[in-house]
Amino acid sequence: MTIEELEQIAKNVKQENEKYDYEINVCMDLACASQGADKLKDALVKAAEAGAKKVLVRRTGCMGPCSHGPLVRVDPEERLYRRVNASHAEAIVKSLGGAPVPGLQCNLDEHFDKQVRVVLENAGYIDPEKIDDYIARDGYKALLTVLTEMTPNGVIHRITESGLRGRGGGGYPTGLKWGTVAKATGDVKYVVCNGDEGDPGAFMDRSVMEGDPHRVIEGMAIAAYAVGASKGFIYVRAEYPVAVSRLTTALREARRHGLLGNNICNTPFNFDVEIRLGAGAFVCGEETALIASIEGRRGTPKPRPPYPASSGLWGKPTLINNVETYANIAPIVRNGGKWFFNMGSERSKGTKVFALTGKIANTGLVEVPMGIKLREIIEEIGGGVPDGHTFKAVQTGGPSGGCIPADMLDVGVSYDALLKMGSIMGSGGMIVMDDTSCMVNVARFFIEFCMTESCGKCIPCRAGTAQMFTLLTRICDGTGTMDDLALLEDLCSTVKETSLCGLGQTAPNPVLSTLKYFRNEYIEHIVHKRCPAGVCNMDAAVEVVA
Amino acid sequence: MRKNGFARHALIETLHTVQSSFGYLDDDSIRFVALSLRVPLSQAYGVATFYHYFTLKPPGKHTVTVCAGTACYIKGADKLIAAAENRLCIKQGQTTPDGQVSLMVARCVGACSRAPVALCDGEVVGEVTQEQILEQLERWTAA
Repeated sequence: MTIEELEQIAKNVKQENEKYDYEINVCMDLACASQGADKLKDALVKAAEAGAKKVLVRRTGCMGPCSHGPLVRVDPEERLYRRVNASHAEAIVKSLGGAPVPGLQCNLDEHFDKQVRVVLENAGYIDPEKIDDYIARDGYKALLTVLTEMTPNGVIHRITESGLRGRGGGGYPTGLKWGTVAKATGDVKYVVCNGDEGDPGAFMDRSVMEGDPHRVIEGMAIAAYAVGASKGFIYVRAEYPVAVSRLTTALREARRHGLLGNNICNTPFNFDVEIRLGAGAFVCGEETALIASIEGRRGTPKPRPPYPASSGLWGKPTLINNVETYANIAPIVRNGGKWFFNMGSERSKGTKVFALTGKIANTGLVEVPMGIKLREIIEEIGGGVPDGHTFKAVQTGGPSGGCIPADMLDVGVSYDALLKMGSIMGSGGMIVMDDTSCMVNVARFFIEFCMTESCGKCIPCRAGTAQMFTLLTRICDGTGTMDDLALLEDLCSTVKETSLCGLGQTAPNPVLSTLKYFRNEYIEHIVHKRCPAGVCNMDAAVEVVA
Repeated sequence: MRKNGFARHALIETLHTVQSSFGYLDDDSIRFVALSLRVPLSQAYGVATFYHYFTLKPPGKHTVTVCAGTACYIKGADKLIAAAENRLCIKQGQTTPDGQVSLMVARCVGACSRAPVALCDGEVVGEVTQEQILEQLERWTAA
């Protein structure tokens, strides 16, 4: 495959698409698919065949506002329809070229206006199982440009220049990481994509892998060229069967087109990717545990250093990046590092995809420039808290993150600002809670999660989380005392300081942040035996008092 | 196993294949896999018990999996689980004595935008209510 051939494919697809007067794009992501999007698509195909106009019906990845699904977008008018089912198919096809179907229109201008789509630029526009669709939207152009025109150092320089930081949560500068692996000695190196999206409440990596799998593969191939690797692994959770099958198809297609394999684009560069399945262990998102899991062992972390960059998979230098990080690579190479650097805030560049869920009107995927205020995400893009309830907190970063209260919503989103507030960026889950959520109960939920997910290798995490869970359960039952609270705080710092890996070090975060901002709720539980949100059952405690 | 060239590092892949064919991993199959891939039995058993996805007990005829990810939890997944436990008189992770229904709890199925979510025999049901789950259980236990 050469650049000319690639451009020819893109041209062919565009010519093919021009034969159609209209395009109807149906979102077939999990949320829409579970509401009958597949039947809807069949009905649309049938209706389109019966009609006189030439219509292309295409299945696409996630369009974003999942709570309004199933979603359908009609192009070129860019009309978005919500809550569509199979019975609407004929009306939609008939309305083409005329007035939109009444009652189905989705007016979410406010939702989309503030978003900037880089990672999700293709979501909703391409069929994830068709490589040609991806190529038509400049896909693989970056890879072939890199292979024919740039040196590995040049690529690393461009990534460094862009200021991209790891999107898995830690925020380590990507260019620096690539540089370290590139400098590491050894003829065999590996590139690994971390698709073990263990954070409950986040699903953007699933969406990217399912909706635009080639983007991840292209990013990995560019990374492999830059660091001098010839073999890659994508580690995906077994809970995401659709992502696995889409990636398998994508890899097969890429090999068929000569975009993976030996001598890609007639250069000496060889690269291929294998998929590895996770098996449901949160700790496997940690680099060293992930490596153990790919090697077929129990996913227990190892002390670092040595870092995977010098000694990773089978002791070889290994580059590990998150799905979203790889998804950013191709656009950076295409548009230049400066372009990316100019987006975002001072120390956090580019955009970030968030999975907005919980008690909020527009749940779904959003991509926003870094530095945007939390309030803008929640009130304008998310549409605020529904049903007349009031906003209480937003949880970011999953079990390693913290809860941010209402009076801190005017802070801009960046790695450093979130860290300062006692939370973390994390992979991008954003769960909104209203006045019906009890913060003590939420903290208990996360500690329970960390307790069951702790691999058990180091004692602070294994025993510490279990003790914290007992204390929090006591407080939730109403049998806790102020001494318990002091013990809990003490334990938090012990676990935080002495655990081996990220899971243990960040496990106390949900407790610490709720203690910091919602201490009165803890006190209320302990002293007055009352749960302000009415979630915790305190019957046992009331009996004792009586 | 042949697909992965009998490689030792393909242990997890192989166990996935076994589980998707038989529904669970029994002692015999773990022993067989360990022997064929030339990994110590302790490692094979360790892996099978370490990862939550693998189960050593045969599942029931039907399985209802309630997602207990954060978004689902905030929207009341715990009440769904309690209701199902009461109805079936079993705890989460168990199967009814007649082998009809298993009640499982998942960490997150990635459909958070439609929370709370349950999987009825693998099919995703979003914004699920207590009544819906009980109705589904009724249909299964009656059949």
